[in-house]
Amino acid sequence: MIEWLVHFALKLLQTCRDILPIAATIIGFQLFVIRRPLPHLKKTLVGFLYVLLGIVFFLEGLDMALFPLGSLMASQLTTPEFLGINPLAQTVIWQTYIWVYVFAASIGFATALAEPALLAVALKAEEISGGAIRPWGLRIAVAIGVGFGLALGTFRIVTGTGLYYFIVGGYVIVMIQTLFAPKMIIGLAYDSGGVTTSMVTVPLVTALGLGLAQAIPGRNPVLDGFGLIAFASLFPIIAVLGYAQIAHWLNKRNLSSKH
Amino acid sequence: MLKLNNPFIKQLVSSFLNLAPILAVVLIFQVLVIRQSIPDVINLIVGTLFVILGLTLFIQGLEQSLFPLGESMAYSFARKGSLLWLLAFAFCLGFGTAVAEPALIAVAEKAANIASTGNIIEQTQTARDSYALGLRITVALSVGFAILIGVFRIIRGWPVYYPVFCAYGCVALMTPFAPAEIIGIAYDAGGIATSTITVPLVTALGVGLATAIKGRNPMTDGFGLVVFASLTPMVFVMAYGMLI
Repeated sequence: MIEWLVHFALKLLQTCRDILPIAATIIGFQLFVIRRPLPHLKKTLVGFLYVLLGIVFFLEGLDMALFPLGSLMASQLTTPEFLGINPLAQTVIWQTYIWVYVFAASIGFATALAEPALLAVALKAEEISGGAIRPWGLRIAVAIGVGFGLALGTFRIVTGTGLYYFIVGGYVIVMIQTLFAPKMIIGLAYDSGGVTTSMVTVPLVTALGLGLAQAIPGRNPVLDGFGLIAFASLFPIIAVLGYAQIAHWLNKRNLSSKH
Repeated sequence: MLKLNNPFIKQLVSSFLNLAPILAVVLIFQVLVIRQSIPDVINLIVGTLFVILGLTLFIQGLEQSLFPLGESMAYSFARKGSLLWLLAFAFCLGFGTAVAEPALIAVAEKAANIASTGNIIEQTQTARDSYALGLRITVALSVGFAILIGVFRIIRGWPVYYPVFCAYGCVALMTPFAPAEIIGIAYDAGGIATSTITVPLVTALGVGLATAIKGRNPMTDGFGLVVFASLTPMVFVMAYGMLI
């Protein structure tokens, strides 16, 4: 019990250091540059205390649940008994790991669809496009994008291909799309990539990637384990730009057929 | 007496809903596909409850301290005030939010552990701590730099894709020269850094600025700060990997 309390106090102290820069920025600029006292001082201080405690509990919970869950899924989906392959085989046949791709795609699809921040983006996109972009259509497009991205990312880990080719290939697609996309939507589409990688998805997906790189013969966590988040933040951009483009065309066709 | 419309209870429910899709997918796979026993179930359940509680406190705290203050400051800095203070505020905001981002704290620690078992850094706690901190400071500096450039872009009225295409070019050019073991974490760092604290505050700054400046449209010019903040960490972390 005592040991746990000491551990908790240490974590709390460390977290104090982590939120110091942003607290100092907000309070410092408010007092010295804007030169106005802090409104609702008590409420603000209590809020900072909540943030501190929240980060400590969250990090503790990550270590106990989300990280282990990600590595557990990675190891269970790659055991030779589950795959029905010879445990001594050193050659990797990527088709064997089909359930890994399905799992990664499902996690990406489900978390993106349920992400509240994405709903806000979708509503804004509807407003910008004058109703041509439907919120549900956009959310499903992004969810498919994230799901496909994570599946492709796990495929990359299984085969050990360089991250570089996939991501730079994705950039080329985004650049081509940008040239043709309706100008209004570009900024919002770009920012949607940061929205889908939420606080709960990141740890689980990271642990999944590292676990896969550990379990699959010939892969090295240092070289192959990371990179899934990069896929999860690139593919929503492609999905939103693609959806906006299609919605734009359909809208134009409808308009011209009416005239 | 707790009422059902208590904001804390509401937040608790929405934190659970945040986690629900993950739990549902994992559960379906466990029952239908894997069909093996799960070790340490109690730990997993307690940890999940901790995550839900932590997320609730965190977001509740943000909504009553950082978000209202930060947003009103972002708007008032955007409306008046000198360019120099605005740029200084933009940098500090990006730096501060990235340092406090919990997912980045957790993943940087994980990356340090991986690097130490892979013999890239020494296998001591101090070496791991300094590697993780170095990584986070690098990411935070790059996010601050990105917000600074992004604000400058909005003021100048450059199209959103100019800085983004530049960053793409840097990533494509730098990767072949960066040490192989830093590339993965560098590519992930941007997506991890732009999360719960950073996105709302930075978006408020961008939209506020685009509203305040004549000839800018908040809907089209206000966005694009987040994407640049998720690209510069790739460049900076690769540079960090080349230097150490």
